[in-house]
Amino acid sequence: MLECHWQDLGPLDYAAAFEMQQQLAERRKRGEIPDQLLLLEHPHVITLGRHGRPEHLLAGEEHLRRAGVSFHPTDRGGDITYHGPGQLVGYPILDLREWKRDVTAYLRALEQVLIGALGVFGIAAGRETGLTGVWVATPSGPAKIAALGVHLSRWVTSHGFALNITTDLSYFQYIVPCGLLGKPVTSMERVLGTDPGRDRVIAAVVENFGRVFAREMTCQVEVLCRT
Amino acid sequence: MPDVIMPQMGESIVEGTVTKWFKKVGDRVERDEPLFEISTDKVDTEIPAPEAGVLTEILVEEGKTVQVNTVVARIGEGATAAAAPPASPKAAAPPVPKPIASPAPAPTPAPRAAPAAPAAVADDLRSSPLVRRLAQEHNIDLRLVKGSGQGGRISKKDIEDYLAAPGAPVATPTPAAGPAPGSALLPPTPFPPAPAALFGRYEVEKLSVMRQRIGEHMVLTKRVAPHVSTVHLVDCTVVARLRDRVKGQFEAQNGVKLTFLPFFLRAACSALKAFPNVNASLDGTNVVRHHDINLGIAVAVEGGLLVPVIKNADEKNFLGLQKAVADLADRARHKQLKPDEVQGGTLSVSNYGSFGSLFATPAINQPQSAILGLGAIHKAPAVIDDAIAIRSVAYLTLTFDHRLLDGAIADQFMTELKRVIEGWGEEIL
Repeated sequence: MLECHWQDLGPLDYAAAFEMQQQLAERRKRGEIPDQLLLLEHPHVITLGRHGRPEHLLAGEEHLRRAGVSFHPTDRGGDITYHGPGQLVGYPILDLREWKRDVTAYLRALEQVLIGALGVFGIAAGRETGLTGVWVATPSGPAKIAALGVHLSRWVTSHGFALNITTDLSYFQYIVPCGLLGKPVTSMERVLGTDPGRDRVIAAVVENFGRVFAREMTCQVEVLCRT
Repeated sequence: MPDVIMPQMGESIVEGTVTKWFKKVGDRVERDEPLFEISTDKVDTEIPAPEAGVLTEILVEEGKTVQVNTVVARIGEGATAAAAPPASPKAAAPPVPKPIASPAPAPTPAPRAAPAAPAAVADDLRSSPLVRRLAQEHNIDLRLVKGSGQGGRISKKDIEDYLAAPGAPVATPTPAAGPAPGSALLPPTPFPPAPAALFGRYEVEKLSVMRQRIGEHMVLTKRVAPHVSTVHLVDCTVVARLRDRVKGQFEAQNGVKLTFLPFFLRAACSALKAFPNVNASLDGTNVVRHHDINLGIAVAVEGGLLVPVIKNADEKNFLGLQKAVADLADRARHKQLKPDEVQGGTLSVSNYGSFGSLFATPAINQPQSAILGLGAIHKAPAVIDDAIAIRSVAYLTLTFDHRLLDGAIADQFMTELKRVIEGWGEEIL
């Protein structure tokens, strides 16, 4: 089974994480490292995909600055989104040539990872046809619990997913999430009525990632020993 | 005049949108340089130029969506990069098998006349990094392996089949001038495995990555460091009584159990300060004496072992050490350690006593120069002033690298450690 290194980087700002992804993606392309899964959390930031529509940003720059939210145009697919504390951001750096050369299959697999992980907490999540992401049913219709946006260069992936654990959902009011009007967002905490615990969510995501992509997940720490 | 086409990015994808051209008409492009970007649902993809040349025509503008395989641009002559062989023009096209050279380590001036760069590219196309690593480990020339995948692509299974085939023509291992990456830790001539069937019924399971790492690391340490162990019998009665007396209150006050480990860590810090050569590592012909005392704690985890590190252990008080031990051990077991938390140890401690072992000779955690082993604390008859008493005792081992340390230093180190434990006077509440 192929190996995938994962690590929990904790809080990391968008620019630093972006640079780290680029470096890892370059090394991955050169075959110097196996697949990677970076897990982290961004401080408040709104990012806009390359072909996203700037008008989906509803607040002015001044307003955002006062709210402590920064703004980054970026090179992933997808429209506009918000990242912030309480959200689990996952950046897989995978060489899809060693998996499937199929971006659609890749998106469906990322969704499957999150659907499986949410299932661990008893959350019945699923897909909405034509609306990439992971959704849960609420009395007022489906609400998005995780968003996806991916960049690909020579079949090596970057960017990835953002799963709302305890995200303060009021920050989404500044945007039209993913450019979808009238589609609400939600979080694990809102669905469960309690914080499931970031570490437990990470464990569930890592396990499901390994299963869905058929990778042996190794925590990226050096293994040493005695005897 | 090579055409640049809209690549097929997946089975179900029939079209793509050009979102950005990185080059203008008339610009020179190098082969594999990002030329344009396309977008399909939620995925942006950079497409590299299939060949070097001059971008002569852009047929699909930014924002336009076209069918897969539509020509989107043309690259014309003016190519100076004559060395670059034509690559498969489509990103998704099956790679064309080409004559392959084994992946030569880049900086070495290749003695062989093989064309270096282009061949390496072909090699890349026909195998994955994992396969190349596997091939290197087993000294296999990939040219000899038949690929069963698309376009002759070599899979891991092809390598395994190749190895399993009787009389596989294994390439002659190059005489090891220095350690070969990856394989350095394996003995050059592995012990020939007995046919598995000899043992009766059996099953085969691939070693986990963790076990492979442990294996490599253990072979390395035993190969580079002459291990010598010295064992001291330490009377732990004072600390055992103290622990019994205060453990309830300690846990109630601090929310963490009181174990024996912090007593020994504290004693080890004291001994390391007295004998800085033990808190050191060898770097070629230099000895690096570390000014920080960073204690690695061996923690058994599922399927292996991790050694998280308590940085600046000598600057922590007793409670701080106990909390650090509990926290690191817990996170090690739940795979939540961060990379820098398992690096930078200057002495490791292995607490095999907690599993009932009285006496062991642990292996040094390279590049450190010693490892302290803690045997189980147990009650035993002891002779004190010609009287027999029941005391709580433990065998403590220091295994040291005899290149750097001699028995005299090791024993003085242990004597200092023993002095601290036997005469424990520090308040711990």
